[in-house]
Amino acid sequence: MPFLEAVRLALAQIRVQKLKSFFTLLGVMIGVMFLIAVVSIVEGMGRYMEQDFVGKLMGINTFELRRQPNIQLGDVTEATWREWQRRPRIRMSDVQPVVSVLPAGTRWSTSSSDNVRAETDYQRLREVQATAVSGDYFTIKKMGVQEGRLPTPQEMELGTPVLVIGEEAAKRFFPNVSPVGRRMRIAGQPYTVIGVAERQGSIFGISLDRFLIGPEQSPLIRLVNPHGVVDEITVQAPTVQVMDESMELVRQVMRGRRKLRPSQPDNFDISTSESALAFWNKIKAKMVIASVVLPAFGLVVGAIVIMNIMLVAVAERTREIGIRKSLGARRRDILAQFLVEAATLSTVGAAVGIALGIALSQAVAAFSPLPATVVPWSIAAGTLVGAGVGILAGIYPASRAARLDPIAALRQE
Amino acid sequence: MSTRVEPGHDPGLSTTAERRAVVGQAGAMPGKEWVIVTRGLKREYDMGGEVVRALRGVDLAIRRNEYVAIMGPSGSGKSTLMNLIGCLDTPTAGEYWLSGDLVSQKSDDELARVRNREIGFVFQTFNLLPRATALHNVELPLVYAGVPAAERRRRATEALERVQLGDRVSHRPNELSGGQRQRVAIARALVNNPSILLADEPTGNLDSQTSEEIMKVFEELATQGQTVIMVTHEPDIAAHARRVIILRDGVVASDDRGEAFAAKVGL
Repeated sequence: MPFLEAVRLALAQIRVQKLKSFFTLLGVMIGVMFLIAVVSIVEGMGRYMEQDFVGKLMGINTFELRRQPNIQLGDVTEATWREWQRRPRIRMSDVQPVVSVLPAGTRWSTSSSDNVRAETDYQRLREVQATAVSGDYFTIKKMGVQEGRLPTPQEMELGTPVLVIGEEAAKRFFPNVSPVGRRMRIAGQPYTVIGVAERQGSIFGISLDRFLIGPEQSPLIRLVNPHGVVDEITVQAPTVQVMDESMELVRQVMRGRRKLRPSQPDNFDISTSESALAFWNKIKAKMVIASVVLPAFGLVVGAIVIMNIMLVAVAERTREIGIRKSLGARRRDILAQFLVEAATLSTVGAAVGIALGIALSQAVAAFSPLPATVVPWSIAAGTLVGAGVGILAGIYPASRAARLDPIAALRQE
Repeated sequence: MSTRVEPGHDPGLSTTAERRAVVGQAGAMPGKEWVIVTRGLKREYDMGGEVVRALRGVDLAIRRNEYVAIMGPSGSGKSTLMNLIGCLDTPTAGEYWLSGDLVSQKSDDELARVRNREIGFVFQTFNLLPRATALHNVELPLVYAGVPAAERRRRATEALERVQLGDRVSHRPNELSGGQRQRVAIARALVNNPSILLADEPTGNLDSQTSEEIMKVFEELATQGQTVIMVTHEPDIAAHARRVIILRDGVVASDDRGEAFAAKVGL
């Protein structure tokens, strides 16, 4: 019996018993739906991590020298944390030796952050994150202004009390007015706002625009760090090779300054967006596996349901099978008929599951901070899985149908 | 072939001598005019230790275009014989030649092919697919013969027209009367031009008037040259045939012309 005939027959069978078919397919539907949705979410998160998250927090070909890793994607043990706390901090006195070994074409900056309490004529004392910077901070961060200007090199050198503030901070502290030229008081010290930074966006729903940035030489530094200490030295290289080269040079300088013996590990951290991503890639692999294994359970259940429904169908249609055999259907004709029926049933369920999965991913992307991108391979996988589940589930019932004795089958009610 | 002519001999019917002759040639392929030849056909079943001998050596010779009824009380083996003739079953011993082909030892798949090409079944309970139209029911043997869709539809429509159901092709069985259903079954049985039309109690589920209609159809088919074999336990139905074979205890008890049989049972 030609394939298309069998498929048409199977579809007619589904149409005749819509409700029963629906329940039969529930397992496959749900399994495939979750496959699509979870894979999309994992994929979306991956893209987000690689492009937005890490890209926003760390630039390309950029590395940071810190006491401990900045972006930690995962659980850190107590022991590790304590070891980190015992490490010496990066100091301003480290800047010159580090910078002196950097090859031509690189840029560097320092930054130190903490929460401070600030107030303006329009807003009472309120906590906000403040960062004291030096060097090419704004260039490395690719941060421009939507209003006003960035600090001049003189202001940076002299430590003039000026601030560049984020868009959200501007709205909070200077509602309905332009902050440029106005004053903000931090710990009694007045600062002049000279610029509002371009919007940085958000990560997982958390705004990146609630900040104040001022020169390291200004009084701001004393509020964010103890004397002589910086949080990080950031270096940006023109190419990956220069970055790798620079990282090694800086490591050697720091090891020298800390008088570390060859057998001792670094007591500082140099990380790039890659090391931050490395952890993500580790868990991404696990998440992709989970996203396949978990729906697999739904599919196994779906397969068992389909098998049982097909067994019942074969039993109910024993007479029909007898009739077909008496008219000349061979074993393989009957086998094919029921296999195609099971596979068609299952594929229809998978198709519905794919549609639901796409809808679910889009709902998740719209209503939650989680991003989700539907991946074409998951749709193909869902379809194949659907057909495959049907065929596997149908083998046993179909072979039973094929082996029926026509005489006995014809006698059935 | 014998030249002896029996009194009232029907020229279309084979003679006893002819039959005996062809059955006697054990192992030889019968001539083309013989549709069915069985030699010593036996069928035994193992029923939990006991051996049931349903057929104990049936010799049959049926020539093309004969209209035969096979009768017998229950336990006579007529159902078993019908299953064997219809290639739904294989004998335990003996030869069964169908249209010059030795089918008694064929495999399941080969038998399916034979059923498709050579045998047209008509059942007591019609055995139509309930959810398919009359047309699709009649198309079914052609589907399994691998005939393409357009030709299938044409031939099936023709077959339905032959049984005066050309206006009911899209009806489902539950929209048809008993007589109409049986006619659909007959159309289905004929659509592949089989060697024999094999009917099992074809009027068993029909009232007497409809039964007569169906008998008329068989009569017409026989006149047109179709070999018809009818298994029945009703003497007045059997009397419509031109030759009546009676089975008893797994062997042929008598083999008469239709009129002789009718006289015997007082019809």
